[in-house]
Amino acid sequence: MALADTARALVDRRLRARQMHLWLGILLAAIAIISLATGASGTSLWSALFRLASGDGISLTERVVLWDIRAPRTLLGICVGGALAVSGAVMQGLFRNPLADPGLLGVSAGASLGAITAIVLGGLLPFGLGAFLGAALLPILAFVGAWLTMMVLYAVATRSGRTSVATMLLAGIALGALAAAFSGLLIFRADDMQLRELTFWNLGSLSGSSWSKILLAGPVILIATAFATTLAHGLNGLALGEASAHHIGIPVQRTKNLAILTVSGATGAAVAVSGGIGFIGIVVPHLLRLATGPDHHGLLVNSALLGASLLLLADIFARFVVAPAELPIGIVTALIGTPVFMWILLRQRGVVDL
Amino acid sequence: MIAATNITLRYGRNTVLDDLSFQADPGQFTAIVGPNGSGKTSLLKALTGEMPIDGKVSVSGCDIAATPAWHLATLRAVLPQATVLSFPFQALEVVRLGQARNTMRDGTLPHQALARVGLSGYEDRFYQELSGGEQQRVQLARVLCQVWTPVENGTPRWLLLDEPVSSLDIGHQLEIMQIARDYANAGGGVIAVMHDLNLSAMFADRVVLMKSGAILADGTASNVLTDQNVSQTYECRVQTRTVPQDEAWFLLPQGAALRPD
Repeated sequence: MALADTARALVDRRLRARQMHLWLGILLAAIAIISLATGASGTSLWSALFRLASGDGISLTERVVLWDIRAPRTLLGICVGGALAVSGAVMQGLFRNPLADPGLLGVSAGASLGAITAIVLGGLLPFGLGAFLGAALLPILAFVGAWLTMMVLYAVATRSGRTSVATMLLAGIALGALAAAFSGLLIFRADDMQLRELTFWNLGSLSGSSWSKILLAGPVILIATAFATTLAHGLNGLALGEASAHHIGIPVQRTKNLAILTVSGATGAAVAVSGGIGFIGIVVPHLLRLATGPDHHGLLVNSALLGASLLLLADIFARFVVAPAELPIGIVTALIGTPVFMWILLRQRGVVDL
Repeated sequence: MIAATNITLRYGRNTVLDDLSFQADPGQFTAIVGPNGSGKTSLLKALTGEMPIDGKVSVSGCDIAATPAWHLATLRAVLPQATVLSFPFQALEVVRLGQARNTMRDGTLPHQALARVGLSGYEDRFYQELSGGEQQRVQLARVLCQVWTPVENGTPRWLLLDEPVSSLDIGHQLEIMQIARDYANAGGGVIAVMHDLNLSAMFADRVVLMKSGAILADGTASNVLTDQNVSQTYECRVQTRTVPQDEAWFLLPQGAALRPD
């Protein structure tokens, strides 16, 4: 039958997206190994592994460098990169707009405000509650900050099911500025100890990675990413607009709520452990849409893999370029991300259709 | 049967539909006509559940306010006036969005739907790069894909079309109207909001004439679209004719004048 022939002759972008899971997985594994193997101390992953395998045992330095520094840093990089890229992809699907990004639209700033509130005002909590929440307070408030920002942003930017680009960008900028202003107020009020803590938190880097941070952020990010992949069908439908999504059988309200929660959870957790790292959320889904199309079924998983790879790569670069010092990773992602983003905009002017 | 009972729809303080009742039967092509702002699109939106209303709308016995979206989607498909997509979807991918889960395995259905609207060979064209009329036909293919068989397990299914042909040339207008006609002939139901009175008269079994949020007349084209009714609702003087041998109704724009007598 002629129709079946055309069906076969066409390059199915869904198939290509699925094949890409494998390639991006291999890429991520390779970069993760490089990340484990390189660093300022000159400790060799391979010799340590060799000695471990031959039963000689490894030195304390090797143990500390590999297990307590590089391993959590690599894992955290994977979590944060994946979280930022998936947040970007989900947010773009939700707002039906390729320019939506948690960093650009103030969601990261909202999460930061939450985190800063935790650092500065955390001591004011009644003692029992403070002790109960402990180190979890910061990620919890970061999540609440991101979630509130998302809710306000969506309520302002979306009227009767359509998102206005101009309103979305302006509202995002305004919310970001407002969050930054409140953050400034809190910083103004902070004492010296808190300022020290804030400065370290705010560096926007993976340099403070530790297993305890992974325990805090990792589960949230894993759960949020897992939920995000279940949203693929709904986000595809939302691309037609809220009304048409309902007509083709998508539970619109539930999809929107889940998407908002997912983005808030992933962004909040990522910001809580790494400060604000920009451009991963906007560049990664864009590149993948160019390669395999906008179908969210493949896009969300591929975004997680490529986002993790890119962030790790940027981190390796940040550690390597001015070793033994390191650059804040936000500078690196912006340096790589901005030209790519501009190039996409110029090339895709017709198709992006703002 | 699609039935709306005593529905009232307000935009802010404006009452667009006031205590209106309407029903349409499967196997029929029902055209809703009327001037701009007469409430015909609002009526369609009330029937699809897109707008919150006072009153009750049911599709094949299911109250749409109480039926989950996935179930409604198996009973009826809706074609909006125009659809803007922000992502670089290809035509076939757009059509596939309409495909219900239970027919997902049938990979040829989206191709058949595209062929049905005359867009074979457009599968991998980017939606954004298509003309307005082609985009509208891609959307129609998506809608057809959703309710491909007009009758499923004895339950008729519905096409709700909001100005399906207003951005098309005459050849494609006839083609699309014929698709809707065939759907009704095969036992499905079609409700279309129409601007073109001649096309409505040619293809629809029943014409519903609306003005100011109320139904002014309801019946066959030649009964509803009388000189007096049309002149009154559209506020211009027109003369309608019928082709003698088969009594087909038509309107000649040349016979119209701006003001009613």
